[in-house]
Amino acid sequence: MARKLSMRQAINEAMHQEMERDESVIVMGEDIMGGLGVDWLEGDAWGGTQGTTKGLGPRFGRDRVIDTPISESAFIGAAIGASTTGMRAIVELMYVDFLGVCFDQIFNQAAKFRYMFGGKAECPVVVRTQIGGGFSAAAQHSQCLYPIFTHIPGLKCVIPSNAYDAKGLLIEAIRDNSPVIFFEHKKLYDAETEVPEESYTLPFGEAGILREGGDVTIVALARMAHMAMEAAETLAAEGIECEVIDPRTTSPMDEDTILESVENTGRLVVVDESYPRCSMGADISSMVAEKAFDSLKAPIRKVAPPHTPVPFSPPLEAAYLPDAARIADAVRAVARHGS
Amino acid sequence: MTGERITAITMPKWGMTESDGKLVAWLVKEGESVSAMDEVVEMETTKITGAIEAPEGGTVRRLVAKPGDVVPIGGLLAVMAGEDVPQAEIDAFVDAFEAPESKSGGGEGAGDVTVIEAGGHSLRVRSLGEGEATPIVLIHGFGGDLDAWLFNQEALAADRQVHAIELPGHGQSSKSVGDGGPDALGAAVSAAIDALGLERVVLIGQSMGGALALDLALARPGLAAGVVLVAGAGLGEEIDGAFLEAFGSADRRKEMKAALQSLFADPALVNRNVVEGALRNRRLEGAAEALEAIREAWFPGGRQAHALAGRLGEIKAPILALWGVEDRIIPAAHAKAVEGRGEIALIEGVGHMVQMEAAGEVNRHILAFVAGLEA
Repeated sequence: MARKLSMRQAINEAMHQEMERDESVIVMGEDIMGGLGVDWLEGDAWGGTQGTTKGLGPRFGRDRVIDTPISESAFIGAAIGASTTGMRAIVELMYVDFLGVCFDQIFNQAAKFRYMFGGKAECPVVVRTQIGGGFSAAAQHSQCLYPIFTHIPGLKCVIPSNAYDAKGLLIEAIRDNSPVIFFEHKKLYDAETEVPEESYTLPFGEAGILREGGDVTIVALARMAHMAMEAAETLAAEGIECEVIDPRTTSPMDEDTILESVENTGRLVVVDESYPRCSMGADISSMVAEKAFDSLKAPIRKVAPPHTPVPFSPPLEAAYLPDAARIADAVRAVARHGS
Repeated sequence: MTGERITAITMPKWGMTESDGKLVAWLVKEGESVSAMDEVVEMETTKITGAIEAPEGGTVRRLVAKPGDVVPIGGLLAVMAGEDVPQAEIDAFVDAFEAPESKSGGGEGAGDVTVIEAGGHSLRVRSLGEGEATPIVLIHGFGGDLDAWLFNQEALAADRQVHAIELPGHGQSSKSVGDGGPDALGAAVSAAIDALGLERVVLIGQSMGGALALDLALARPGLAAGVVLVAGAGLGEEIDGAFLEAFGSADRRKEMKAALQSLFADPALVNRNVVEGALRNRRLEGAAEALEAIREAWFPGGRQAHALAGRLGEIKAPILALWGVEDRIIPAAHAKAVEGRGEIALIEGVGHMVQMEAAGEVNRHILAFVAGLEA
C-alpha cells in the first residue's frame, strides 16, 4: 500500500502491463535493450538511456522488443508502418531534439492517415521522447519542443509531470487509436509518487488541479508544474493563494478547467519551459484572453526562457530556465495589479 | 494529553497515509470558553477537511498554530485551561510540549492496512486497536472505500479491535464481484470476517454497507452482537437514482465532484483531494464495470431492490440507526423502519456521509450503543 514509484519505474510498469495484456503491443528504439551485440536475454541490459525499457526484452523477446539502428527516420517510419497494419508500436526516440529528421513520417503520414483515407486507416503509434533542460546538455539535447507537435492536428500530445500521471497516461496512449507523442522530462525520471500496482488509465484532455487557490491561476507543465508548486508554497506564506493547473495533455487541451479557474481568480500566470514564441504559454494566454477576457483583473503574465537556444554553461542555463523565484515574482506582479 | 489543569488539543491521526494536517481556520478565539465536543478548529489533510472537537469543556487559553500551518500528528494546536491557571504556567506548558513519536514511524500507518484473501477476493482491511471488548467491523457504502471511516475508526478503537473492510469492486480491493448483488458482496464480507478470526462483532454499515450488516445479522445470528446502520440501505424503496447514475458514469473530475457533493450537506467538503481519490479508485482496471454490476443488482431503475425492513423482527441483536436529516441519497424517513426495533438518532445539518460530516456525534452515539451492549 501506498507504494511509491519513480516516473521511470511507472513508465516501465505501464509498458510491461500493456505488453502483457495485448500482444500487438511492440517496443522499438535505439539501445532499448543495449544493442544487438549484447546478450540481453541472459543478463538484461541497460534498458535504454534512462532504463525505462529495462526487463522488457527478457520478458517479451526479440520479436516484440526491437533494438534499432541509429536511423531515426527509418525506425520511426517503421513504427508508424507497423501501427497502420495491426500493431501498436511504442517507439522511443531518445531526445525530442532529434525528431526533426522524422517530421515527414510524423507530421505528414501518421497524423494524416485517418483523414487521407476517409477514416479507414488508423495509426495507434506512441512516440516516447525526452524533453527539457537542467543537465547542461547544451542546445541540441535540452529543448521542450512539444509546441511544434501540438500545432499539428491528428497528433495527441502528452506531457506528464509525475509518476502516477505518467503510468495512467501512457496506458491510455497505448490504447488510443491516434498517434500520440509522449514527452518525458529528463529531470522528472527520479521523482516518486504513489502509484497503484493495478493497471489504470487517465483520460486525455483533463487537466490536473495540483493545488486549489482563489487568488491567482498558474498553468504549468512537466517540470514547471513542480516549480509552480514550490512558488505557490512560498506565496501562500505571503497570503497569496494560487491554483496550480497541470494540463497534462496539450492536444487535446482541457480549456474548461483553465477557464473556470481564471473566472474565479481573474489572474493568470502561464509557465512554459519551451521557447516563448508560438509556445504553449502563448497558446494558453491567447485562449484565455479570447474566452475569459471579462474575468481578467490583470494582464496575463508568461514565464518562459528567452528566445534563444538552451545554453550549455551551467550558470547560463540556470539563468535561462524558469524557476520558482521567477514564477513567484510574476504571481506577485499580477496579484498586485489593480489592487 | 490531559494534564491536571491544562489540556492540549493536538492533531489526530486521520486515515492511513496522513502524517500531518494543515490548519484551515480556528472556529474559536483565545479566551473563549467552550464545552466538551464543541468544534474548535478545521484541519485539512490530503483526504478531506475535518473539524477537531474540544476534548473537554474549558477556556481556550492559547492558539498555538496559525491558519496555513502544517502540523504533524500529535502536534500541539491549542491549549485549554481554567481561567485561574496563570499565563506563566500556560507558557511553560507550550514550551515543554513535545509531540509524541508517530507509532508507525515516518508518519505512514501503512501497517494498519492488510490485504486478506477471502471468498476468492483480495480485500483491503484496515485494522486498528486491541483489547478484550467486542470487535467492530465497518462496512462502507456503494462506491466508497476504507476512507469512509477516516474520522471514526481511531475513535472507536480505544479499547477494541476495529476492522474496516473494503468491499470487492471498491477502492483497491480486487474487482471481481460476480453479479454484484447482496449475496455476492455479503459472502465476501462474511468470508473476510472469518479470515480475520472474528466470532462475535458489532456490525456497522453505511448506506449499502448497512444492508450488508443486516444481511449478515440475519444469516449469522451468532455473529452479530449489535448492528449500527449509518444512513443504511434496505429499509425502503427510495434512493436517489440520479446520483447513482451520475456517480456511476463520472469519469471526469467535474462530474465526479458534482456527484460527490450530493453526498454531503456541505458541498465545500468535497475538495480536490476527495474528488481525486474517488477518480483514482474508479480508474483502476475493472472498477467502473464492477460498480455498474453492483448498481444494476442493488438499485435497478433507481430504486432499492433489496428490501429488509420487513425482516428486522428476525434480528435478535440490538440495532442503532443513525441518519443525517439532510440526506439527499436515502431519505432519513427510512429510519422509521427501526422504530420499536432499536434506537434512532437523527442528526441535523448533515447529509448522507453522516459519519464524516458529524464524525464526533456519530462516534459518541456508537460508543454509547456499544457500551450498552456490554453493560
